[in-house]
This record gives sequence, C-alpha cells and structure tokens, in this order.
Amino acid sequence: MSRLRAQNVTKLFGRKADEGARRLAGGAALDEIRKLGVTPAVVDASFEVNEGEIFVVMGLSGSGKSTLIRMLNGLLPPTSGHVEIDGVDISGLRGNELRAVRQAKVSMVFQHFALFPHCSVLTNAAYGLEVQGVPKAEREKKAKEFLRLVGLDGWEDRLPGQLSGGMRQRVGLARALAAETDILLMDEAFSALDPLIRREMQDLLIDLQADLGKTIVFITHDLNEAMRIGDNIAVMREGRIVQIGTAEQILTDPANDYVAQFVADVDRTRVLTAASVMERPLATVVSTGGPRTALRTMRENQTSAAFVVCRDRKLLGTVNAQAVADAVSNNETELDGLIDEDVDPVAPDTAVADLFAQSAESPLPVPVTDESGTLLGVIPRVTLLAALGAINGHAREPEPPGEGGAPADGQQRREEATGVDA
Amino acid sequence: MSMPRINVGTWFENLVNWLTDNLSWLFDAIGSAVEGTVNGLADLLLWPPALGLIAALAVAALWLRGWRFALFTLLGLALIDSMRQWEPAMETLALVLVASVISVVLAIPLGIAAARSDSLSRVLRPALDLMQTMPAFVYLIPAVFFFSIGPVPGVVATVVFALPPGVRLTELGIRGVDREVVEAGEAFGSPPRRILTRIQLPLAMPTVMAGVNQVIMLALSMVVIAGMVGAGGLGNVVLDGIQRLEIATGFEGGLAVVILAIFLDRITSSLGDRSAVARAEKASARA
Repeated sequence: MSRLRAQNVTKLFGRKADEGARRLAGGAALDEIRKLGVTPAVVDASFEVNEGEIFVVMGLSGSGKSTLIRMLNGLLPPTSGHVEIDGVDISGLRGNELRAVRQAKVSMVFQHFALFPHCSVLTNAAYGLEVQGVPKAEREKKAKEFLRLVGLDGWEDRLPGQLSGGMRQRVGLARALAAETDILLMDEAFSALDPLIRREMQDLLIDLQADLGKTIVFITHDLNEAMRIGDNIAVMREGRIVQIGTAEQILTDPANDYVAQFVADVDRTRVLTAASVMERPLATVVSTGGPRTALRTMRENQTSAAFVVCRDRKLLGTVNAQAVADAVSNNETELDGLIDEDVDPVAPDTAVADLFAQSAESPLPVPVTDESGTLLGVIPRVTLLAALGAINGHAREPEPPGEGGAPADGQQRREEATGVDA
Repeated sequence: MSMPRINVGTWFENLVNWLTDNLSWLFDAIGSAVEGTVNGLADLLLWPPALGLIAALAVAALWLRGWRFALFTLLGLALIDSMRQWEPAMETLALVLVASVISVVLAIPLGIAAARSDSLSRVLRPALDLMQTMPAFVYLIPAVFFFSIGPVPGVVATVVFALPPGVRLTELGIRGVDREVVEAGEAFGSPPRRILTRIQLPLAMPTVMAGVNQVIMLALSMVVIAGMVGAGGLGNVVLDGIQRLEIATGFEGGLAVVILAIFLDRITSSLGDRSAVARAEKASARA
C-alpha cells in the first residue's frame, strides 16, 4: 500500500518561478528556464513509497534531493505537482492543516541533528509529543522508552552539547520515533558522522526498522549507504529522477551512463548475492541413511560435521562426527535423534557482505536454501574469502605472494574434495 | 546651473509645528507618565540611606559575578557618595533605566518583526541609521517643543539614540539561529509563535542581551545631552562644571557616570551569561 506519493513534483526557485513552471510544462529545456533567473531544484519527480519500505533518494550535492524531501512534509511548497500522504494531497494545505499533518503523520531527522542545544536530551526526544500537546509525564515516559531503544539509557538529563555526534543523531532519531508518526523523513541523517559511527547508525536503523516497520524516505549521497539500507533507490541528477529500482537492478541494469558511472565504484559485496558464490554441498547425508552412512560421508570429505537433508533435499539440520560415531558404536540405526536443527540458512539473494559474520561464527559452511527450505548450495569460508579476492581483484594490483597463498590453498583443497566426491 | 532649492528643513519644521498643535494631548499624556515614572524611581532609589543601597547592590554583585565585582561595586558607589554625587547619580540612574526599559520594550518586538520580514528589515535599516547618526541636538529641540523642559525630552532623546542597537542585535540574534533547528520545529508541526518562544528567542538570547547591554551603555552616554534640556542628574553636574569652568566638579560628575556605566555593563552582561544557551555552552565545554 502506498503511504506517500509524489506526482510530477517540480520546485523552481527564483522570482519568475511560476513563469518557469509554465514554460517547463510547455516543453522548454532546463537551460532556457535558467536564463529566466530561475533555478530548477526538482523537476517532474514522481514516485511512490509503500508501507514499511525504506525508499532511498540518492544524488550528489545540488541534485535537488534535500529540496525534494522538504516538499514531502510541506516545508517547501512545490511549484507544481502534488504530494500525497495517505491519499491526502498536502500541496494544497496551509498553516494549521499542514501542521496537523506533520504532527500526526510525518517526522524528520536532520543532517546536522538540529537538536535544541538549550534543552536536555529528554526534552529534545519528547519535542514531537510536546508539540502534539501530550501531557508532560506521559511524553517523558514515552521519550525515555525511545531513548532506551536507540541506546541512550541514562543520558536523559545531559545536554546535546555533551554528547558525541553519533549519540546526538541517536537523540534526533529518538525524537522522530517518539512522535510516533508512520512516515519518517531522513535528510542525509548519517552523512555528518564518521564512517564507523555511520555504519553503527545504519545497523541501528535496520534493526529498528525490523521492529517498527516505518515508511522511510532516506536521502543520501553515499551509494554504499543507499544500497545497504534501501529497499528501493531513486537516483537523482540535476533535479530529475533518472532511475528507480532495487540496488541490484541499478547495478546490473543502469538506466544511463550517468548511473553506470556512479555505480562503478560501488562495494559489490553488498550487491553480489549468496547464489552467485555458493557451491554444491559435498558433506550432506540423507536423514534415512543411518549413522554408518553419515560417518562414512564425513570421513570421505574429511569433515567433522555434515548437513542432513530429506529425500527431497529439504535441509533438516546438521550432525557432528562425535555424536554419529557414538551412535555407531552403540549400534543405533536412526539418525533422527542426532540432528541439530539449529542451523541458520540464508536466502539465495542475501548479499555477500552479510555472510561474513555468519561464516566466521560457524565452523560449517553457510547453507543456502530457497523458500521451501530446499538446500541449494553451501558457502564454505574459503569460498567466501576467494570470492572477496575475486571482487577486489578487479580493482587491485596482484597481491604479494605471501598473502595470496591462503586462498590458493583453499582452492586446491576444494578441488581435491570434489575429486573424492566424484 | 544649480539644483532647485528643496525645502526639506521647512517641511520638517511644519511637521513639528503641526504635531505640536494637533497632538499635544498625546504628548502631554506620554510626558506626564514618563516624568512620573522617572521621578518615582529616583525617589525610590533615594529612599534608603545611600550606604544601605550600596551594600545591597554589592551583595547582588557578589551573587551575579563574584567577589571582585562586589568589591568594585562597594568602592565605586561609595566613592560616588563621598564625592557628594549620590543624589544626581540616582536621578541619572532612574532616567537611564526608564529610557532603557522603553527602548528594550520597543526594540525587541521590532527586531523580531525585522528578522521575520525582509521588507520590514529593509525599511527599518535606514531609519535606524538616521536615529543613530543624526546629531542629538536636532531632535532634542523638537522634543522640547513636544514635552517642554524636564526629564521627558531627555528620555525621548535617549530612547531615539539608544534604540537602534537593541533592534539590530535582536534581529541579528534571531536570524543567526541555526536554520535547521528552526526547521526541526516546523517539521514537527510547531506553530510559529511557539517556535519563536521555545526555540528562536532562547537561542538568540545571548545576542539579544548584548543588544540590551548596548542600549544601556548608549543611554548613559546621552546623560550630558539630556542634562541640557533640564533632565537633571549627573548631566547637570557635568554641565555646571563646564559652564563655570570648574574642572573638579566636571570631573567628579563624569567619573560618577563612568562608575555607573561599568556597574550596569557588568550586571547586564552577567545576565546574558545566565541564559539557558550560555549555560548549555558552558556545560558542553566542560564535557
């Protein structure tokens, strides 16, 4: 369901803005408009943002993205076109009506945090509720909850100036969330933070979004950030939206040279998927095969654990060699009691970058399954490292021999293992 | 070839005459209100014994700024008393305070309005320039026409001269508030009046207080000119000294003005340091 819709939204700045809009509608070129002394900030932008979606607007500075986001809550009225929130056209609203919409439906997080330096963290976080007229005790209780949610428990009485940049933006986020609006506008919200903190805040946003399911419009000039958090991405250039699509669509099928050039430097581990690097699983045992078969499979593959699948290759779990060996010496014939069902398969469209943590935590390869739970493939750690090497290899000089050794060994060992299987 | 004569001066004179003839009831009302307030305040300041008031002000100074300033207050004001200038000094203080309050009451709303409207700001700027640079005697004479001799034309002339920095610094302070912070207020649906009182004014307060401080300083600098139209106080003392070529009297009157000026300056600037924003900045600097 679409919560937020922009229809042919245009914003021109300058004294002759209306004249410019008329000419633009009549098919005039942007250069002709500029000659009138009119600056086209946003031209004919249309998009829809669905419930629970993070919609990223991506563009370099001057591409009009900040102007665009300010039209979504009426901070700037569009020169022409319409912005609809839950089906209500807000471009016609003024004064009190517009303020009522902002209080009830849209809140905002700012690039430079825009906290009130003379008010405590708690008062800042409670601001949206204060404006809505919520009584003091109630709004402070709610603000405290959201401050806890963003990890600022115990900082309520501090002043914003006493906090680090990342913490200040956590207050900004808490302030926007505490207002309990369904729509959240984030204007370069993490751009002023240093890279590590930025990553932390992105993770926080992704985590919170999983619980809260807000409808978010996120402005950024950082393509990696866009690809990381965006469900859909709109790429802007000179006021126009040149492409809207998912991260993978924009990478694999750029609408024009500008977009292609833009994505040339993107971190491909965020876009390459599990499906593109996974291999055929070797050490798999069928659940009906019994402990002896399982033990032999593991011995052949020189592994201490194996994936267990049904006859139709649905993933059931894992067994480890110690448990199976014990079962064999006890002359048990069933595998069922030995299966550890605590496996965490990933979907084939999971980004490679998101596999590293899981791969590092578990001694087993990461299993890849489809929606029905069928085991499609596995990603051993060495494969992941080799894939990373190949990704970076495009851009880098050859590695010095000492460091390049490890992945090569892995490659060799995998080939041997394949030979055993054949 | 020369420019035809444009009788700007005559027009102004006609305007002053017309105002005197037609609006005398208004000037009388304003005049008696201002005169009553100035005299009342002066009586109030002179009601306690001089040393008692000096002690009270020294305690206030101790609380606002600390012991050095308290010591200065004690010694400075005691010196005024010992120079036998206490009574004219309190008359002057009353006049300066009334003129400053009137100036601030007019200046802050004007400054706020100018900060919100570019066109008002454009109109106001040359008017403020005129008020600050037009020689005081030029409007002192019409002020005497309107209000006759006494403290009132002194107050009026003082307000005209002291008002501009109040307006300018209020406008500057409010315009200087971080745009994004004001935008945050708007984005959460706060009405303009609340944005002004909750965000803009508190954040502009240090600059506004600097304006108030300047208003008071300029008001004190008008003391002698106000004395020329019979406003009394230290202005009269200084003028007497000049007219009779009594260097001692003139110097003592002038020194009393300086002591009052330093006292009022430190008091008002410490009030600025106590604003919420200034306190927040200090707290942040410690962190």
